[in-house]
Amino acid sequence: MKYKLGFAAALLAASFLSTTASAKTFVFCSEGSPEGFDPGLYTAGTTFDASAHPVYSRLLEFEPGTTKPVAALAESWKVSEDGKEYTFKLRPGVKFQTTEFFKPTRTLNADDVVFSIDRQINKSNPWNQYIAGASWEYAAGMGFPELIKSIEKVNDLTVKMVLNRPEAPFLANLAMPFASIMSKEYADSLDKAGKKEQLNQMPVGTGPFTFIGYQQDAVIRFQKNADYWGGAPKIDDLVFAITTDAAVRYQKLKAGECHLMPYPNAADVTSMKSNSNLKVMEQEGLNIAYLAYNTTQAPFDKPEVRKALNKAINKKAIVEAVFQGMATPAKNPIPPTMWSYNDKVQDDSYDLEAAKKMLADAGVKNLSMKVWAMPVSRPYMLNARRAAEIIQDDFAKIGVKVEIVSYEWAEYLQRSKAKDRDGAAMLGWTGDNGDPDNFLDTLLGCDAVGGNNRAQWCNKEFDALVKKAKVTSDQAERTKLYEEAQVVFKREAPWATLDHSLSIVPMRKNVTGFVQSPLGDFTFENVDITE
Amino acid sequence: MFGFLLRRLAVLIPTFIGVSIIAFAFIRLLPGDPVALLSGERVMSPERHAQISAQLGLDRPMVVQYLDYLGGVVTGDFGTSIVSKTPILKQFLALFPATVELSLCAIIIAVALGIPAGVIAAIKRGSAVDQSMMGIALVGYSMPIFWWGLLLIILFSGILQWTPVSGRISLMFYFKPVTGFMLIDSLLSAQKGAFSSAVSHLILPSIVLATIPLAVIARQTRSAMLEVLSEDYIRTARAKGLSPFRVVGLHALRNAMIPVITTIGLQIGVMLAGAILTETIFSWPGIGKWMVDSVFRRDYPVIQGGLLLIAAIIMIVNLIVDLLYGLVNPRIRH
Repeated sequence: MKYKLGFAAALLAASFLSTTASAKTFVFCSEGSPEGFDPGLYTAGTTFDASAHPVYSRLLEFEPGTTKPVAALAESWKVSEDGKEYTFKLRPGVKFQTTEFFKPTRTLNADDVVFSIDRQINKSNPWNQYIAGASWEYAAGMGFPELIKSIEKVNDLTVKMVLNRPEAPFLANLAMPFASIMSKEYADSLDKAGKKEQLNQMPVGTGPFTFIGYQQDAVIRFQKNADYWGGAPKIDDLVFAITTDAAVRYQKLKAGECHLMPYPNAADVTSMKSNSNLKVMEQEGLNIAYLAYNTTQAPFDKPEVRKALNKAINKKAIVEAVFQGMATPAKNPIPPTMWSYNDKVQDDSYDLEAAKKMLADAGVKNLSMKVWAMPVSRPYMLNARRAAEIIQDDFAKIGVKVEIVSYEWAEYLQRSKAKDRDGAAMLGWTGDNGDPDNFLDTLLGCDAVGGNNRAQWCNKEFDALVKKAKVTSDQAERTKLYEEAQVVFKREAPWATLDHSLSIVPMRKNVTGFVQSPLGDFTFENVDITE
Repeated sequence: MFGFLLRRLAVLIPTFIGVSIIAFAFIRLLPGDPVALLSGERVMSPERHAQISAQLGLDRPMVVQYLDYLGGVVTGDFGTSIVSKTPILKQFLALFPATVELSLCAIIIAVALGIPAGVIAAIKRGSAVDQSMMGIALVGYSMPIFWWGLLLIILFSGILQWTPVSGRISLMFYFKPVTGFMLIDSLLSAQKGAFSSAVSHLILPSIVLATIPLAVIARQTRSAMLEVLSEDYIRTARAKGLSPFRVVGLHALRNAMIPVITTIGLQIGVMLAGAILTETIFSWPGIGKWMVDSVFRRDYPVIQGGLLLIAAIIMIVNLIVDLLYGLVNPRIRH
């Protein structure tokens, strides 16, 4: 890096050398502080990027760049005929990281796996409340406490999990960050020392990087784990420089103070692409933004009214105005990168005249409705109010008067799920495990009414299809069921599907080996820096 | 003087209790629910919600929660963050030195430039110097800090590459914090170049944070000086044939300092409460950013504990300012 020597050069020169100092120090300008380092306790991607991905491994992990769960700490597994019994054979000789604060004396075994999962689902496990108020939100969200009947050690390298019902996405769920495998030996040593809470502050795992230290809200440091079971990383040090403002992250990237940054401002992307020191990777994100009608209330209980309104939404305008083109209009409730995406489904084309006529045919006149807009920017919808204004404008053209409402975020989430909520609520979803079930049943299933199913939509035909797919293990058959479910969804139109945003990752030109994850994770075990 | 100190300390106790009630009540009046936020878009069942509220003690009557909280505070336990699950005092002590370091540097810049600027403007009242100085001060006072910070980063870090973009020290240096003050810790570390790196990282945020106080101090100094300069005793001093330097420097400035000290004290208080925007833009790990994040997450214990600690610090700063009055002006010695 060339720095001009200016007025304070003599004083400052030393500090600038830093950016070039250690060739194999990789700096990631992360977007926020991790909440803690025990992935089981949290649900935020920012936390997982700093804990689950560098420090820990899981029984299965998603193949880089895909949502396909592949063998990781589990070398192989068997599923019983009835789909309820999973037997995992663990990889032998996997070493836990040696740190300043813990020296492991044994390799990974079944006790570690049982400990890691059981503490999240079993209230009588002594580690269930090792921190007051530990709520194991993700495990609960994926239904683990009700799903898993038992988890037991068969021998040192074999673990058996018995489910209460067959569940096809179970293997994908085990690849999720919350199911990271911790060291029981480390936990026991903390327990003995009376420092249980340290498990959430100073992590030890079997992942590619060893945790060195965290300065709150500033820097997280990791070192490569030379013993990593997947092969030692190519970089020596991994540093997270926490930089919450996207414009500042971009300046740091430009100045060479970091190698890679997440979540750029949409407005900066063009300038990033034209910068000769940078390169930009992009991929359709595993997400959806939608507008959920309350299908239990007139006139939104009629599919023809919902379809008429859908025809009056100019998704292209929303994508342009809100994302500067860094998103694609959505037609299905799952993103195109997900298996079973039904590309044959025809979207309701933007046609104000047709919409007006359909409304008149349905006998709807002088309709006034509320459109709910989230108060916060989310990856799937950067500016909900702007999108709502575009919808308001278009609806006015077909004679529908829109009042835009918004609440504080937690309040919004709470109120928007109420069964008697009026109008249509904007919201979205980012996939957890790459399984269509995680969108279709989680957001539109009958049992999610009054909860995640903001359309309050319970369609027997749709529900039967997704429920059947959930207990079917053959993926080809599941694909068919989900494709059919998407046809039903489009016909019934409980939502206006708005967009799938692109995930954009700018980095320095000399960064190699970074693989973009469809799940939005940032992992660095394969990255390298070339000169 | 000692009696005065005791009286002032006694007044602090009811103020402290008042602040604790307000901090406790206000955050709960805000819409939003920390338990619901734990799961984000993923919906939590009402039973789970109730269970977690009970675990966190949020289902108890407000009065019981408050008394429990106050009991903790008295014994030095400010509670534990709902989100990070770490003790609040520990977090505060880790972050506060960063805020103090930045605030002190900023106030030094503001005082060192603001007072002379105000004095010169007062002496040259009505001149082009006065008008341009006060014009600049007005611009500084009205500056949108976020924009100003980004502008300086783009110019000095981006284009000229004189200063680093953000952070407290180059990532090349790694040492365990001893005092939490990067300038001191970098010296203690004895690593070559660490101190100069820490200094270089302080420059832009200090300038940005100093901008508004600098303008306020300059304007306050100018008006106080103008008032004093028209006093009879100044005319007498001049008539006695004292040098203009002695008249301004000794007689006028000292008397003009009282409102200026008040202003400086208030500005320090404001800065210590967290320079939210400056901390955010320069990724400065201080308490302002910490508090704002906690408000968004409705992390009740952090907000109420943080507010209380900040209030305590502001009260102490105000007390020191009161004591300083006496040093500057013997007539109001207590």
